[in-house]
Amino acid sequence: MSGTRTMLIVAPILIPLIAGAIFLFLGERRHVLKSAINIASTATVLALAIALMHLTAERPVTVTLIGNWQAPFGIVLVADRLSALMLVLTGILAFATLTFSLARWHSAGAHFHSLFQFLLMGLNGAFLTGDVFNLFVFFEVMLAASYGLVLHASNRARVGAGLHYIAVNLAASLLFLIGVSLIYGVTGTLNMADLALRVPAVAAGDRMLLEAGAAILGVAFLVKAGMWPLSFWLPNTYSVAAAPVAAFFVIMSKVGIYIVLRLSLLTFGEQAGASAQFGDSWLMIGGMMTIVFGSIGVLASQDLARLASFNVLISSGTMLAAIGLGDVNVTEAALYYLVNSTLAIAAFFLLIELIERGRAPGADVLAVTMEAYGEDLDEPEEEVGVVIPVTMAVLGIGFICCALLLSGQPPLSGFVAKFVLLAALFQIPGSQVGGFTVASTWALIALLLISGLAGVVAMARAGIRTFWLPLDNAIPRVRVIEMAPIVVLLALCIGLTVQAGPVLHFMRDTAQSLHVPQDYVRSVISTPRLTAGERR
Amino acid sequence: METILAISIGVLTACGVWLLLRPRTFQVIVGLSLLSYAVNLFIFSMGRLMVGAPPVLEPGGAGDLTHYADPLPQALILTAIVIGFATTALFLVVLLAARGLTRTDHVDGREPTS
Repeated sequence: MSGTRTMLIVAPILIPLIAGAIFLFLGERRHVLKSAINIASTATVLALAIALMHLTAERPVTVTLIGNWQAPFGIVLVADRLSALMLVLTGILAFATLTFSLARWHSAGAHFHSLFQFLLMGLNGAFLTGDVFNLFVFFEVMLAASYGLVLHASNRARVGAGLHYIAVNLAASLLFLIGVSLIYGVTGTLNMADLALRVPAVAAGDRMLLEAGAAILGVAFLVKAGMWPLSFWLPNTYSVAAAPVAAFFVIMSKVGIYIVLRLSLLTFGEQAGASAQFGDSWLMIGGMMTIVFGSIGVLASQDLARLASFNVLISSGTMLAAIGLGDVNVTEAALYYLVNSTLAIAAFFLLIELIERGRAPGADVLAVTMEAYGEDLDEPEEEVGVVIPVTMAVLGIGFICCALLLSGQPPLSGFVAKFVLLAALFQIPGSQVGGFTVASTWALIALLLISGLAGVVAMARAGIRTFWLPLDNAIPRVRVIEMAPIVVLLALCIGLTVQAGPVLHFMRDTAQSLHVPQDYVRSVISTPRLTAGERR
Repeated sequence: METILAISIGVLTACGVWLLLRPRTFQVIVGLSLLSYAVNLFIFSMGRLMVGAPPVLEPGGAGDLTHYADPLPQALILTAIVIGFATTALFLVVLLAARGLTRTDHVDGREPTS
């Protein structure tokens, strides 16, 4: 039984590693074979992630000691509800973007399949690892693969944006190392559970060093998550990357969010003594500034890919501000919001590529310029009752769904997410916390509503420009396997709406286990080594 | 020895940051390399500085742990060196590609107009 559990945790990292390595030995031209292996590997990882999620229902924390060393000394992989949730989300996105890319993108450059699998491996590893230095290793695996994917189907714009992206992330990785080593220097451990035990006992004189280390480590993740003012690289990179790559990268900014959520609640939660809630107000302010920046960016975007990229920032900002509040109900709502916004933005990135296929390059910029200068757009009235070609109809419905989801309008899950988030914000007891938190809660409520409004305005404008204004658009040629992933992602969002009760119930369990991490810590520290008889 | 190490880390970091902010891609990559040396030395210092102390236990028992250097930072540095080397090499390739595509070594892909 324990062997099965070990396999469940290790396989989501090993399978992509093996698959990615196999691709290196296959020739560049064997697309069919590579695609088949890639699909099989990604589907298996998704199935394992779902199995892991089922496992967390009966065993909230499952620990595997790699190399069979007792917890603070050896390498541990830990699967709890949050890890399993992120793994499932990663699996869904990977499967959808892979299917989309098989239509044509996968053959647009070298080693797409290998890089895709290595990125998947890095993501899964980062979500499963139980110590900070392995997090660095998996983070670097993920980043190295992402550098390659940004440059996939390389052209001038992608190489230029890729250069900035790589430079920013290399600098952030160095900050990561500084933070890790400071924390190690003070506490003498890098195991997350052990850190949670040792942080309250740190001597007063060393506390400043510990907090400096945590802050520097945090900056490295906030660069990835895209917190203002560390996020200027993000829209430039995401908007020029190939569509399936950009859609998959949506989960990468969520890795930063995941780690901030995990580490801030584990090591600086309520039990952390003098360092409790360290950095929360910074996350709160930074998150709110990110929402402002994202909203302005959404309104200012002239093309659709930038619009989607700034939506990534709004989503990150909302998550960071919610984490900064450190309230269990807000965390629950924020997790629901995270799943919803990730699926919706990924679907939007895929959709954009299909929409833009039928349009002349630069049409968006031209349209905005014409609006601004009041150029005469009155064209002779066309005859009414034109048969809308079915492709445009499907794309249009997809666009409307994305718009509703991203701006948080009823009836889809974006509305549910925003509603539970606002409800949780209103429920924060004002008497127990200081004036700063009350004021910032109200500011966050206002910002959430304003960002929704900005989303509606921007999406409505983009939709009118894309679907109604052009009269002589060629209908884009779209294949079924390109349309299917978008439909599936949007259908999942509809599923989230219909099944909001059970999903929120899961999120509540997840949030509670995050806010009361003693169970996590105990499980990791007390997992016994396997004796010789138990090994198989 | 602490002073020398601290000063060298400081100088390396200062040079690295300055070069990182320069407009030419080659300066950026040299800056990143210098920064990674500084960071590696910094990790080393976090395991406490010791002279002539082995990081690996002698055969025949642990003995007094104060006579051993902390092996963990050394392992971390090894990993960091390997990863840093690989990513720098990758950055170099992208740098050359950008040079070839844009015909300039400015980080923005075009010369400033002024």
